[in-house]
Amino acid sequence: MDMIFYVDDDTLIVSLSGEIDHHIVPKLRSDIDDEIGLCGTRDLIFDFAGVEFMDSSGIGMVLGRYKKVHATGGRVTIRNAGRLVKQILDMSGVFTLMEYEDTEPET
Amino acid sequence: MKKNYIKTEFEALPQNQGFARAVVSAYAAAKDPTVEELTEIKTAVSEAVSNAIIHGYEKKGKGRILMEMEELEPDKLLIRITDYGIGISDVKRAMEPLFSGLPEEEMSGMGFTVMESFMDKVLVEAKPGEGTVVTLIKCLDTYYDL
Repeated sequence: MDMIFYVDDDTLIVSLSGEIDHHIVPKLRSDIDDEIGLCGTRDLIFDFAGVEFMDSSGIGMVLGRYKKVHATGGRVTIRNAGRLVKQILDMSGVFTLMEYEDTEPET
Repeated sequence: MKKNYIKTEFEALPQNQGFARAVVSAYAAAKDPTVEELTEIKTAVSEAVSNAIIHGYEKKGKGRILMEMEELEPDKLLIRITDYGIGISDVKRAMEPLFSGLPEEEMSGMGFTVMESFMDKVLVEAKPGEGTVVTLIKCLDTYYDL
């Protein structure tokens, strides 16, 4: 599991790759929260382009960050999720709260 | 007589989720599933094993998880995940979407929902104080040679 952060104006972009499960999620959660605190950005983008596997632990991670960002008036966007990752997020209604976008051509 | 029966037992530690996925993936790959089917199986197993690790035992990391795999039919796989922990007092409620046994920990409560969406059958047997058995059945789309 790797995570790269980019800052674009008032947006923090979290680029995730590898496998996301309950083992790794607590670390991702605290790293993202630390980074938000450090950068002071308002909006957040999760980029799933490099994610090979994700189970329902990813839902909690995304929703938890949404609550934080939303509380301070920010928006959360999901980007480049594969079909199954999208399906898992969709099961809990994540996309009623957040926007989805594709920025990479599907391979 | 069980066909191509394999079992593995491991400690209920979070880092073994990846191990369980790798094992089931290697087992199912022999049946020549589609990439999507393989991911569905891995995801469902990941959910069941996560449940056993996170909720199965009172003392975290103290306990064992048994994973059994079996071919029911050439294109039908059974995967059974057993823990010997605290069990579930209300299985029906635990399986409801968004139900979480640990609401304060940012759990989505979607584990069983994911299992049910990705597998053809999900059976849960639990006895308080004795443990939980989750049985997953997946039918693979098979294309026979023409």
